[in-house]
Amino acid sequence: MDPKDNSVNKQTPERLIVTSSPHVHDTESVTKIMWIVNLALLPAVIFSVINFGLPALITMLICIIGSVACEAAVQYWRKKEITVRDGSAVLTGLLLAMCLPAGIPWYIPLIGSFAAIGIAKHTMGGLGHNVFNPAHIGRAFVMASYPVAMTTWAVTRIGMKGDFAGAMSKISSLDAVTGATPLGILKQQGYRALVDSFGGQAAMYKSLLIGNRGGSLGETSAILLLLGGFVLIAKKYIKWQVPVVMIGTVGLLTWILGGKVDGKVVLFTGDPILHMISGGLIIGAFFMATDMVTTPMTTKGQILFAAGCGVITVLIRLYGGYPEGVCYSILLMNAFTPLIDRYIFPKKFGSIPEPARR
Amino acid sequence: MLKIKKGGVHPQDEKKSTAGKKIEFLPVPSRLFIPLRQHIGEPAVPVVKVGDIVKKGQMIAESPDGRGTPVHSSTSGKVAETGNCMHPIYGLSPCIVIESDGLDEWQENLLTERSYENINVPELIDIIFKNGIVGMGGAAFPTHIKLSPPKDKKIDMLIVNGAECEPYLTSDYRMMIEFPDEIIKGILIVMKILNINKCFIGIEDNKPEAIRLMTEKCKGTPIQVAELETRYPQGAEKMMIKVITGREVPSGKLPMDVGCVVQNVSTLKAVTDAVEKNIPLIERVVTVAGKTVQSPKNLMVRIGSTFKDMFEYCGGFSGKNGKIIMGGPMMGMAQVNVDSAVIKAASGIVAIAEDDVDYQTERACIRCGRCVEACTMGLRPNILSILSEKGQHQTAQTDYDLMDCVECGCCYYVCPARRTIVHYIRQSKAKNSMLRAASKTGSK
Repeated sequence: MDPKDNSVNKQTPERLIVTSSPHVHDTESVTKIMWIVNLALLPAVIFSVINFGLPALITMLICIIGSVACEAAVQYWRKKEITVRDGSAVLTGLLLAMCLPAGIPWYIPLIGSFAAIGIAKHTMGGLGHNVFNPAHIGRAFVMASYPVAMTTWAVTRIGMKGDFAGAMSKISSLDAVTGATPLGILKQQGYRALVDSFGGQAAMYKSLLIGNRGGSLGETSAILLLLGGFVLIAKKYIKWQVPVVMIGTVGLLTWILGGKVDGKVVLFTGDPILHMISGGLIIGAFFMATDMVTTPMTTKGQILFAAGCGVITVLIRLYGGYPEGVCYSILLMNAFTPLIDRYIFPKKFGSIPEPARR
Repeated sequence: MLKIKKGGVHPQDEKKSTAGKKIEFLPVPSRLFIPLRQHIGEPAVPVVKVGDIVKKGQMIAESPDGRGTPVHSSTSGKVAETGNCMHPIYGLSPCIVIESDGLDEWQENLLTERSYENINVPELIDIIFKNGIVGMGGAAFPTHIKLSPPKDKKIDMLIVNGAECEPYLTSDYRMMIEFPDEIIKGILIVMKILNINKCFIGIEDNKPEAIRLMTEKCKGTPIQVAELETRYPQGAEKMMIKVITGREVPSGKLPMDVGCVVQNVSTLKAVTDAVEKNIPLIERVVTVAGKTVQSPKNLMVRIGSTFKDMFEYCGGFSGKNGKIIMGGPMMGMAQVNVDSAVIKAASGIVAIAEDDVDYQTERACIRCGRCVEACTMGLRPNILSILSEKGQHQTAQTDYDLMDCVECGCCYYVCPARRTIVHYIRQSKAKNSMLRAASKTGSK
């Protein structure tokens, strides 16, 4: 009997959609997540424009337009669907800009965007396939190519009090114009000089939190970055464990290893707060080390990842050649992500514990 | 309150439109298409021929191998045709068409009044088998087989599934509200068959009325009500056992391997009807819901009524349908048209408006890990979907526990890239079973 020949009921013709279950979905999408992360960065973005003026805005626009254009061009060339509207290229551009100093020559952010989107993202296959954080690859690329321009820090417009501006200019006169961030001063002149440049420890913390000191666009205002970070945690796009572990690891290790008296290391005398709120740590911990594509999938894996980032950051800050190590620490840990995912995954339901198997 | 430890999702429950409405009886349609495929395995074989006069409750088909269950006529009338009808799961199924004579007469000498206490266990199992009782929660596993576990499996607990974690569905809820005594009697019958004295009824806390009523009715019996957090997929057998008892059904094993038997509340009502009144399973409660349904209802429906009959009774549609689903929207089957016939496992039919169907295109996995977090089975759904996409179905099975997936759909539900992960997993499973079949015939 041919099963199709003897249908007993006349079938009602109706155009229905037939798919495999499930038939419902929550409201999240890649596009929504990316734009909300962009929005979470907005307070810090606005502050840095106020803080550094027009050059900051120009740098950001170059980065965003460069990233979006690069993504569109690559997708057009590869005859793929052009997905620049999903906000991921905008986010990469914005994050790259946040890693650059204000007033950097226009071609550097452009080259950085190309390295970020063209090389780090699309040579791997586009969103979802990249191994390394595109924005940080972009930054590392221009850092290696233009070390001087990348460490020429603009003076902020919001009152830089005390001798910090003086310290900056002092360094400027000594050694071209490098290393004028708080971490740079710490590396070259020591902790005492740094505190003095702010005119006291409390003033230093306050200045670091608010952001009226030298640095790249996005590493200045700790408070506004935290605000954006909390939004992401509340929306469950990132897990609180990641920034807490990363920043905590940095704090702990710098407290243990970071203190020096007369050039000799004395354990447990470091200043953890300084290290925790300065440099690119906050933006790195909340926005880069939590990037979905380039970090482990499980919470446990992410905690390990964050701890690794913290350790490498401290190693670079205390013993490396650079004053700041967040960018490289995240890139290095990105390389470990596949390995972490291979060994850390959830326990399968109904897997029999070892002793019971016998 | 008991909770799922890991994973799960909480979709909008959408139960309001039908939860408060009394079960209505769908008038017997003039033609009933009774599918002979009521459960996994071989379809039942007809024992009547075209032209025969049948009565309500008369057996019209029997299982060819004893592993299935017999099928009964849902009303009285004439066998008009045999052939294939639309089946909500298999697409087409052999069926018997009964032309109703409008009298709805019971088969003579069928109905009785008896108490289960006077019937011994083998006889009880036989009654359950002969009356065609299957699991009515969705899987339609023959109940008499579930209730006769092998001698070496020691059963110590019955778990009654009143979770109804799928959105829209309220048929089990209405059963608990309107037939609590029958359900409790069914539980006692099953407990007698299994010779156990421990039983939990698992109900989600979005049904406080059912929890209150069942708790009240259970007083003086060894039955306890377990209040569960509202979370999908709590009604999945393995999840329910884990949540209530803490026991984990080992990978590839069955609930009886941890001493549990799980039964759906509707099944237990059918057991009571079969044992005490000798009524075979010829009708069930089906939720008819969805945005486009004019007046959503819970209907007591004869097996073999078509979805069209039910939608028409509910006032037809108010808008254009995108999908018609048998079962809930998380695990239900999308239908080709509304001509499918109601089977014993149909707990609901849901219409999804065209505008509500998610058309977003699938993208590459962004490794966000949301599916890994949502997976109650502790799998890595994203990797399974990627392996399937690349055709590495064997690797998925050997290295990533493909066969442990219960296809609950939580992974797709949370996926921001809208990857149809469950579909990929089903493809892998199908490809692998084809490979296995091919290698078997090859080696012969």
